[in-house]
Amino acid sequence: MNAVVKGLVELRDWVDDRFPLMQLWNDHMGRYYAPKNFNFWYYFGVFSMVVLAIQIVTGIWLVMNYKPDAATAFASVEYIMRDVDWGWLIRYMHSTGSSFFFIVIYLHMFRALLYGSYKKPRELVWILGMFLYLTLMAEAFCGYLLPWGQMSYWGAQVIISLFGAIPFVGETLSLWIRGDYVVSDITLNRFFSFHVIALPFAIAGLVVLHIIALHEVGSNNPDGIEIKDNKDADGKPVDGIPFHPYYTVKDSVGVVAFLIVFSAVVFFAPEFGGWFLEHNNFVPANPLKTPDHIVPVWYFTPFYAILRAVPDKLFGVMAMGAATMVFFLLPWLDRSPVKSIRYRGPIFKTALVLFVISFISLGYLGTQNPTNLYTWLARGFSLIYFGFFLLMPFYSKVDKTKPVPDRLTG
Amino acid sequence: MKENAVDLERRRFLTGTVVVIGGIGAGIAAIPFVSTFQPSARAKAVGAPVEVDISKIEIGQRIIHKWRGKPVWIVRRTPEQLEALASMPSGALRDPSSEGSEQPDFALNSWRSSNPEYLVLVGLCTHLGCSPSFVASGNEVNMGENWHGGFFCPCHGSKFDLSGRVYTGVPAPKNMTVPPYRFLSETRLLIGDAGGGSS
Repeated sequence: MNAVVKGLVELRDWVDDRFPLMQLWNDHMGRYYAPKNFNFWYYFGVFSMVVLAIQIVTGIWLVMNYKPDAATAFASVEYIMRDVDWGWLIRYMHSTGSSFFFIVIYLHMFRALLYGSYKKPRELVWILGMFLYLTLMAEAFCGYLLPWGQMSYWGAQVIISLFGAIPFVGETLSLWIRGDYVVSDITLNRFFSFHVIALPFAIAGLVVLHIIALHEVGSNNPDGIEIKDNKDADGKPVDGIPFHPYYTVKDSVGVVAFLIVFSAVVFFAPEFGGWFLEHNNFVPANPLKTPDHIVPVWYFTPFYAILRAVPDKLFGVMAMGAATMVFFLLPWLDRSPVKSIRYRGPIFKTALVLFVISFISLGYLGTQNPTNLYTWLARGFSLIYFGFFLLMPFYSKVDKTKPVPDRLTG
Repeated sequence: MKENAVDLERRRFLTGTVVVIGGIGAGIAAIPFVSTFQPSARAKAVGAPVEVDISKIEIGQRIIHKWRGKPVWIVRRTPEQLEALASMPSGALRDPSSEGSEQPDFALNSWRSSNPEYLVLVGLCTHLGCSPSFVASGNEVNMGENWHGGFFCPCHGSKFDLSGRVYTGVPAPKNMTVPPYRFLSETRLLIGDAGGGSS
């Protein structure tokens, strides 16, 4: 036994002389000091890594049987579902994984809002995270075209037409994206290429950058206090604990709980009542007939509701774009001297509650038919949505904050 | 100058030259990659005109044909419907005389067609390209004022009259597009070619 251990240590040292193995391990795991008071909200980062791994593995297997051809795509997905051994499981894991990816990412972003994790010195962590979010939206959008169902087809038609609203170059641009005068086999092929090669590469690269930036400045925490300001004689933060073994063990418990919930959906409710897999997408794409009720998948509906709320093509598209882009400005819109919600004043807390209500309500309205009442509700919630961001420089400054302690409070 | 001294100015010039020349090269090399995204020769070639038999369309009925991958509607309108189109209050429509919309010159009238009875339209909403539903008059639940039948887009709620003219207060910016077409005979319609050199 000892000989085996000795052999492994020698192998490690042999590698270490030629590659910074232990240095990488220590910088990111063994001697990466994280605040000792991480709570429930700090699980969602690792969950998103788990979902990414699930999507990559199931995606590789799906491509083995999927055909990116308008004539055969729909049938090849049904072939995976019915005829390929365990194909239904791999496909449901992938489709459930896409919705779970967004659930996890939205909660991860909400955590940043709660504890001011986007504030100085973590602006770049936030911006890289926003690029990840946008790339993920593109990845999900391209992937949604691949089953070539009615929702795939008309969803792509609508979203690509959004670019047509740009003055002067819009029509040329959407023609360039489609590669045809309508969404067609050509469009399907290039979206397949984006979905399985270009965007996954971009996501993997951005994840690396996101984590390098995070580990450079150090993790924020529920108190919003910089633990690096308070170090012991060895230069270790007194309120920090090494990521491994403390958080690797804690996270693995969370991952088990997450996988239980994930499996429950995969096995018992993979369509999730039409929310994860829309009913109309079980009908093959028909370029001559739009379904009577067409909506995007739930994770796009807040922005879709904003688009519909504006009775003008160009301004609607601009409002929709602005609704996603405004997140980038968050580090500079927030003028509060404190980071965490624990020490914020009543105005910010109210604003955050209103924002969450309007985001969820817009998400619901985006799935409903645009009646007069709903359109006006969507307009009201859109105003709150943008008000949360654009008024932030004022209300976050005048808000009455509480004194922040020197040490973590647990 | 000393024997081994670094000539910074020369180094800067060479670096700058390499960056500029290399950048131009990379830019030119990008052209084929960008151009593959354009519609291919095959995609362009599918746009040939289609001939349609219109003898079987009942009054008040709509049929759908595919042209260039898009749905094209042919609607045979009733005299009452044509009358309602001509007397539509202009405030109800965004572009009542179709000046800012796409159609052949012969369709620049309130029924937007050469033969008033037959409406020929590209069946895609000018907002974001969904295909609106045909809502005949009589089913006008919640369709608002001045509704005499027409088309309703399920995606974002745009409304069009029976000439494909867009109502005000909805997101679509323009009237629906009338494709070039001409009647070959009483019963044959050619979509995609207006003939006589005008399109």
